[in-house]
Amino acid sequence: MSLASKTPLTAGTSRLISLSNTMPWAFAALFLLCLPFVFQSNSALTIMNQMAITIVFALSYNMLLGQGGMLSFGHAVYMGLGGFFAMHVMNMVEGGLWLPLPLLPIVGGLFGLIFAFLIGSFSTRRAGTVFAMISLGVGELIAACSVIIVVFFGGEEGISGDRTMGPPVFGYEFLTQQEVYYLTIFWLLLATLLMYLFSRTPIGRITNAVRDNEERAEFLGYSQRNVRWISFCASGFFAGVAGSLFAINFEILTEENLNLATSGSILLVTFIGGAGFFVGPIIGAVVFTLLQTVLGLHTELWSLYLGILFVSCVMFFPSGFAGLVAMHRRPFALGKLHLLIKPYLKAAIPVVTSVLSLAAILEILFHKRHGYGGDHEMVLYGIAFDSSGYQAIAMAAVIAAISLFLVSRILPEIRAAWDSANHAESRT
Amino acid sequence: MNAPAIELRNLEKSFGLARIIQGVNLKIAKGERHAVIGPNGAGKSTLFNLITGRFAPTSGGVFLHGEDVSGLKPFEINRRGLSRSFQVTNIFSNMTVFENIRCGLLWTMGYRYSFWHMIGRQADVTEKADEILAQINLTQRRNELAGTLAYAEQRALEIGITIAGGADIILLDEPCAGMSHSETDLIVDLIRKVTEDKTLLIVEHDMGVIFDLADRISVLVYGEVIESDTPDVVRASARVKEAYLGASLEEEAM
Amino acid sequence: MALFLVNVLDGLVTGLLLFMLCSGLTLIFSMMGVLNFAHASFYMLGAYFAYQISLVTGFWAGLIIAPLVVGVIGAGIERYGLRRVHKFGHVPELIFTFGLALLIEEAVQFFWGKSQLPFSEPEALDFAAFAIAGNAFPAYKVFMIFVAMGIFLTLLYILTKTRIGMTIQAALSYPETVQNLGHNVPLVFMCVFGVGTAMAGLAGVIAGPVLGVFPGMAVQLGSIVFVTIVIGGLGSLWGALVASLIIGWMQTFATAYDVTAEQILTAIGFTKPELIWDHPLQDLWTLTLPQLGPILPYLLMVIVLVLRPQGLMGKRES
Repeated sequence: MSLASKTPLTAGTSRLISLSNTMPWAFAALFLLCLPFVFQSNSALTIMNQMAITIVFALSYNMLLGQGGMLSFGHAVYMGLGGFFAMHVMNMVEGGLWLPLPLLPIVGGLFGLIFAFLIGSFSTRRAGTVFAMISLGVGELIAACSVIIVVFFGGEEGISGDRTMGPPVFGYEFLTQQEVYYLTIFWLLLATLLMYLFSRTPIGRITNAVRDNEERAEFLGYSQRNVRWISFCASGFFAGVAGSLFAINFEILTEENLNLATSGSILLVTFIGGAGFFVGPIIGAVVFTLLQTVLGLHTELWSLYLGILFVSCVMFFPSGFAGLVAMHRRPFALGKLHLLIKPYLKAAIPVVTSVLSLAAILEILFHKRHGYGGDHEMVLYGIAFDSSGYQAIAMAAVIAAISLFLVSRILPEIRAAWDSANHAESRT
Repeated sequence: MNAPAIELRNLEKSFGLARIIQGVNLKIAKGERHAVIGPNGAGKSTLFNLITGRFAPTSGGVFLHGEDVSGLKPFEINRRGLSRSFQVTNIFSNMTVFENIRCGLLWTMGYRYSFWHMIGRQADVTEKADEILAQINLTQRRNELAGTLAYAEQRALEIGITIAGGADIILLDEPCAGMSHSETDLIVDLIRKVTEDKTLLIVEHDMGVIFDLADRISVLVYGEVIESDTPDVVRASARVKEAYLGASLEEEAM
Repeated sequence: MALFLVNVLDGLVTGLLLFMLCSGLTLIFSMMGVLNFAHASFYMLGAYFAYQISLVTGFWAGLIIAPLVVGVIGAGIERYGLRRVHKFGHVPELIFTFGLALLIEEAVQFFWGKSQLPFSEPEALDFAAFAIAGNAFPAYKVFMIFVAMGIFLTLLYILTKTRIGMTIQAALSYPETVQNLGHNVPLVFMCVFGVGTAMAGLAGVIAGPVLGVFPGMAVQLGSIVFVTIVIGGLGSLWGALVASLIIGWMQTFATAYDVTAEQILTAIGFTKPELIWDHPLQDLWTLTLPQLGPILPYLLMVIVLVLRPQGLMGKRES
């Protein structure tokens, strides 16, 4: 075992910066920097900021669920507490404390970390169901406390602040939405990078090991509780960062930021995106925010659709959207991805039609039941009609039936194409 | 200084009313290859679980190099230089073979709970892991998922993970279970190779393996050690024959 | 003293109601290893179905039919949903039931809207059963106590005295062995899930007139139910009973006695600051016991977990 044999083994891995590692990050940064030139309106910027915050929050959640196998029903606590502390510090800045706004997320992160440290000391003793129940109980406890401790949480109105009172940073005072956007994506990139790097440290890998086989890890010298605890603290830190970003963006925090509903929706975001993949939560956060803001504008039933999407995700594609994409890696590696294009295109129209017509049935039913004061006029997909009779719903049902029938006819073709695209036979 | 590597003093374990281990006394010297045999249900697995900290003893004590470790957690015992394999293959099936070995290395090589090192950049870990892979003949499988290996290869990997951390006391729980003759021979060679200069405690049903490998043998029957001596003495012992071995030992001896 | 007695009875009603939910949940958990996050949602479904049925037939038919419908739905969900997810492990199962809870809440709002429904106790029970020093105790609450006790005793009888109960108990400890004996374990699982959810449904029917029928009723009770079984010890039926009663009484007494922190603090000898609204300890001074009521179960859970991680009557961690 001399130096000579050591060099080739490590040459590929010891370089600190390599092109293939930095390219995706540089590309992501460039993309985010350019976005405001395409979407210039304040509301678009707000949506993008919200997306960025959700991404950081979901990634921190996935440090528990995906990397550590810890299912938490109370993760909003760490984001919320981080945010509340950040908001109080922001108000202290207004009172004269010197702290530039871009450093505020560190403050929130530290408070997230402190609370994760305290609560993790007893909640990480066990994984699985017990951990889930404790996280739920602690989450409810803190959400309930927030209503009582008015001094800190501000009661029902919550607490608010003003981000522009700090010392200017390079002349910027964060008055415009665009300046806030750049601050937010700076932290988005930094936090994402740090969380990615964390997953590639010894503790990150041992967290995976404990997730997969806690007993084996214990017999290798690792205390499963300490491993989970450390991951939990790191996750709490980044949740606190997300909370501070929320405080900076919206300048108000309420009980809603740490209650069960928020904790539940981040589970949903992460799972839909794909908990098994690092990019999963990012995809989930983008999809969720779009559904919430865009679909939410058009229908009252958006959360019903979200629930249906979530449950079918758990049942039929538990690895989430990222998993659906990753399924195509093998056909791609075999150079057979083109085999799938035609069947996918063929299926696209019937699938879209059946989804839309099924949604139409729900919408019409909902309108019939809850139409305001005998208002039977209804507009759906740009078509105005009367929802009181049975014609509209019958029509939607017929369209749904036809398109579902077509989908069922195309399914075997897709399956066959899938099999051959995944089959690595020698080409003739 | 000359404390035995493992010492069991009046070790007892009950589950409810069932006394599985009934006062076991045993000393295993440093560097000894010691085997525990006994009929099914004699308490061999329970004994292993008591020594490794999976169960806490009802009474009595477990001593490693003279230090009382009874009631400590598995990871605390592991850190005192004891490592074990499992009867049912217990590896990280979602990780590659290389990563499996690396998990066994990180603690003892000082990376512990580190979040300031990048994994894969530690030349010393990589080198050591590849060394172990070569020892257990899995270099070819380095980057495959452990779950996709053949059974015998998984058993070898199990031993690899067990010895990776450099523990000086190795416990192997039926390493040859479910293997063909030729595979068994390979594994026995492997065990001999990787436990050189180490203390070995092994449970095995294959008597050929036991008499081939062990310096001393303890016979466990109904939670009690009825004989503990060299293979020749055990083979000749009337008590052992009567209690357990009987005809099967004669066959082996032929 | 009389008020105390009334509160003891009220607490008993709350505790037994909680226990009806907890017992079904515990049954499902110890049998299948699944924590049914949607358990309180089935309780809500029970109340809504009973309301819908009562519009046609009156209260009593709803009391019988609604739990049956809920049980059938529960069994169906086990068969076609949960069993699919089972192979991925307990955490995905928990995520599935969490999604189910979301979906049921959305579905309830879809059909019945967001506002509270006028579901009241049957006229036959709309009188005061007795009075303690002028405090009338409604007959409906007496009825609730009897139903809950009846359910508990029936369950206890079935589990300990009948063959099917023995099978269930055996399946709790040794699922593989029971399968080898020729029992159809998936079928047993489906029935247990059905029975457990039906019990939640029944609890919903009888709680509906008292606690109100509205889309938030599942969330209102859901977390408390989980906290209760964690306090009692996951999988322990007796632990669930004890914890339910403790929480029932704790909450009732907390709301009944309007003790304020100000009274206590001044009694100890502190003086209340003049300008309380800007004082950093303002919340400490204005705190009242009824305010603390909703927090107490969670606080108790944290204390129990720190002192005794396996719960009051849970088995030791192995």
